[in-house]
Amino acid sequence: MSRRLFVPAVLAAMVMFALAPVFIAWAPRETTMGVVQKIFYYHVPSAMMLFLSAFVCGIASAVFLFGRRAAADRVAVAAAELVVVFGVIVLVTGPLWARKAWGVWWQWEARLTSTLVLWMIFLAYLLLRRYGGPGSDRLSAGLALFGMANVPFVYLSVNWWRTLHPKTSVVPTLDPAMRGAFWWSVVAFLLLYVALLAARLRVEQQRSRLEAAYLALDE
Amino acid sequence: MSDSGSLGRFFHVAWLIMRKDVTVEMRSREILYTTAFFALSCVLVFAFSFVREGRAIEDAASGILWIAIAFSGTLALGRTFERERTNETLHALLMAPADRPAVYLGKLLGVVALMAVVEAVLVPLVGLLFQAPIGTHPMYLAMLLATGTIGFAAVGTLFAAMLIRARSRDVLLPVLLYPITIPVIIAGVRGTATLFSGGDATMARAWLGMLVFFDVVFITLALWTFEAVMTE
Repeated sequence: MSRRLFVPAVLAAMVMFALAPVFIAWAPRETTMGVVQKIFYYHVPSAMMLFLSAFVCGIASAVFLFGRRAAADRVAVAAAELVVVFGVIVLVTGPLWARKAWGVWWQWEARLTSTLVLWMIFLAYLLLRRYGGPGSDRLSAGLALFGMANVPFVYLSVNWWRTLHPKTSVVPTLDPAMRGAFWWSVVAFLLLYVALLAARLRVEQQRSRLEAAYLALDE
Repeated sequence: MSDSGSLGRFFHVAWLIMRKDVTVEMRSREILYTTAFFALSCVLVFAFSFVREGRAIEDAASGILWIAIAFSGTLALGRTFERERTNETLHALLMAPADRPAVYLGKLLGVVALMAVVEAVLVPLVGLLFQAPIGTHPMYLAMLLATGTIGFAAVGTLFAAMLIRARSRDVLLPVLLYPITIPVIIAGVRGTATLFSGGDATMARAWLGMLVFFDVVFITLALWTFEAVMTE
């Protein structure tokens, strides 16, 4: 299935990414922030993919843990890696924008902090996968489940913590004229996400098939 | 757990496991002494960075308290399960004709009891060394500490048990535990800080509510996943 999904997704993503700069250039320039605001067309869709992927990983982990389906575990690994990948994009593009808009690279604001924590949870997931040794698939599934349940708590607690020390941060509302380019970027990133997930899934399938072949050879 | 009889059995098993852990610990007091001393060392190290001209900087006391709790708690969790591993007793515990969730609950209670003793030493010490008013709202402080410790230990007990067979478990426990328990730490630190700053208890009550909610969700989740995670 992953192979059939990969080729069209990758082609469509390529076309959309090639055209995206045109639409982004056409979209009106934000009056106060100017050209820096255009990083949003990459930053926000990446953040959306980050949360989508975390959700995919959490669901797949639950299916693996309680339904004992090896295929679900492969989806979980692929999704967890993509959380970290899109997290890097988010955490690099965010400070670039913040430096210009807020004057600082980093703000301990609710959304930023909870994204960082979520990213760290999935980094921990990959560390566990890599260095946990045998049986770490089950353990990491447990971690992903907790990680997913944790998202609202992290957001809530950081939000409360920050509102106790009031500091306003202006998150601009989207101009209707920017919506076209924005949703174009979202779809482009979604296709990229699907393509990467399919590719990673395929690698994981091959790996488990190879492992099974080695085991068969040993016996 | 359909009727009250099996529910009573469930808590009885948890109680027995906790009692076993406490008895084993009281024979050597190894984890208790080393953990308590480690917590004191933490406080000392933080004192050097957060005390200016003889006084702790604002809100430092609650931060120092909770960092010491989190660090020493991690140590206690690791040692508690290392003991089970070296003696091959966790295997026996899991093979016993008892509900797996009851085993989890028993271990959790044991860890909480251990951490409570360490905190009983730690809190007066922090109050003494950093002029933190621990006596103004003693009930709220106690409840914040209790709910925070339970939340931290609920996640910690599950992860420490999970990691017992994993390689490099010593370093993986804090790696997994701290990002997940961030809400507990934030709520604990901020709740305690409002108490220490002499304000009224309204904010502390809000944080307490969050900790209770967190405890309920994470204990439920842990009870639910413990069986699936611990099966070979």
